[in-house]
Amino acid sequence: MKSIAEIEEAIIADFSFLDDWADKYNLLMDLGKELSPFPDEFKTEQYRIQGCQSKVWLKSHLSQDKKVVLEADSDALISKGLVALLVKVLNNQTPEDILHAPLNFIKEIGLDSHLSPNRANGLASMLKQIRMEAKVYAQQTASAQ
Amino acid sequence: MDIAAIRQDFPILSRQVNGRPLVYLDNAASSQKPRQVVDAMSNYLLYEHSNVHRGVHTLSQEATVRYEQARATVAKFIGASKSEEVIFTRGTTESMNLLAWSYADAFLTQGQAILISEMEHHANIVPWQLLLKRRPDLRLLVCRIHDNGTLDLEDFHAKLADQVGLVSLTWTSNALGTINPVNELVEAAHNAGAKIALDAAQAVPHFNLEVAKVGADFVVFSGHKMCGPTGIGILYGKLDLLEQMPPFMGGGDMIKEVSFSGTTFNEVPLRFEAGTPSIAEAIGLGAACDYLTNIGMDQIAAREQHLLQVANQAISEVKNLKIYGEAPDKAAVISFLIGSIHPYDMGTILDQYGIAIRTGHHCTQPLMERFQIPGTCRASFSFYNTEEEIALFADALVKTSTMLNR
Repeated sequence: MKSIAEIEEAIIADFSFLDDWADKYNLLMDLGKELSPFPDEFKTEQYRIQGCQSKVWLKSHLSQDKKVVLEADSDALISKGLVALLVKVLNNQTPEDILHAPLNFIKEIGLDSHLSPNRANGLASMLKQIRMEAKVYAQQTASAQ
Repeated sequence: MDIAAIRQDFPILSRQVNGRPLVYLDNAASSQKPRQVVDAMSNYLLYEHSNVHRGVHTLSQEATVRYEQARATVAKFIGASKSEEVIFTRGTTESMNLLAWSYADAFLTQGQAILISEMEHHANIVPWQLLLKRRPDLRLLVCRIHDNGTLDLEDFHAKLADQVGLVSLTWTSNALGTINPVNELVEAAHNAGAKIALDAAQAVPHFNLEVAKVGADFVVFSGHKMCGPTGIGILYGKLDLLEQMPPFMGGGDMIKEVSFSGTTFNEVPLRFEAGTPSIAEAIGLGAACDYLTNIGMDQIAAREQHLLQVANQAISEVKNLKIYGEAPDKAAVISFLIGSIHPYDMGTILDQYGIAIRTGHHCTQPLMERFQIPGTCRASFSFYNTEEEIALFADALVKTSTMLNR
């Protein structure tokens, strides 16, 4: 299993070939299409991330080997691409690694404008939600030991 | 109208966004500000500032004169008969809340209803819902709208007969552009014995209101959508009503005498302006009224109707484009969706082309629900927009929808 930093490097490399903003957004939307199908039954308020102008759903669980498994979807292509990026980097990592990852790749690939505190931009909310869930798993794991 | 000269007054319109010339089509959310407004505010702050209605010293008297002059300018601009009928607030939202807390709570009696419509902004929905929590004996009625975005007048007249004490409707819809037939609505409300408040946030920047002639009891709007600053707005009310209304907020400036055994309240309009007001912003709003008057509101209205026609023509070629809001009498606002493209995606990619539009529910979630859509893309035009900008917008729409139709 690759580390978060290794996956980030690979994503930065993919994006660095692209000079044009349109190609970057096309790649982002392609990443969204690679997400595993998200069952409609979970597209509910319970799994919806607040703070995005589009609808974004996130569902997670802790696997047998104590890794955080992430599933996500969105009704907008760009939001789906953004959440897919986070899933690609953070899926199947330990709660601690997720909590401590600085995630510099967002800035490196030029998508940091999506982290602005405007409520229309959901990337910050997505990241906050994933970290919140990772924190719960980290506490569960710690208290079980 | 010399558009090139007018655009010189708005330095922001010469900006680049994402490496392209800015095309600002989000005027219904907030308009840009001309130098004249900013100069009036900075001149006041740098050379004339002091607190109003208090000091005996020269500066305080000068500031008071400037503040009250701004009130008179606004009154004249909207066609009010007296300056005292114009109350400074923080904006449309505060004006509506003032009405709910002061007028509605004091004057509506058990079983009476407030009548709004499906096309209202949240600012004309939520204050009434909050009022109903405090006053469960009151009711909120919602007038239906037609599919083309016009008010269902049959439903309006039917509901008006159901013990309505206050009608509160938008003059012009922010999401659909619909201009409501206010003369007919005011007459009907009064015939039914009800008072009527009009949300003019999307009307006052675009045409002459003539509030006294229209005869509405209350009219509310914001400064920042009409070339003025943020943080300032207006509640216009007929003087005899305002004089009967209890204060909304307590504090300095709104009192006559304060003692621990009881307090008496100041005259209208100061009764409703507790605390030190937004003096510079009021002066800025006065300057905005002067600026618009100098261009001429009739010229502005004609110019914006022309831009709306040009825009409708320009986007008519875009495949699968559906417009929401096709009232015959309509402000220069186009709300649309293209196929199944999400407004968020559309707005994000258009921004890359330097084009600023609004996407989402436009603070009208019940209206979006009425049309069963999550939101729309909204392009809203101002007199300072150009035919060239509309061409850039239409071109970017085609490119963006090609990119997103995958």
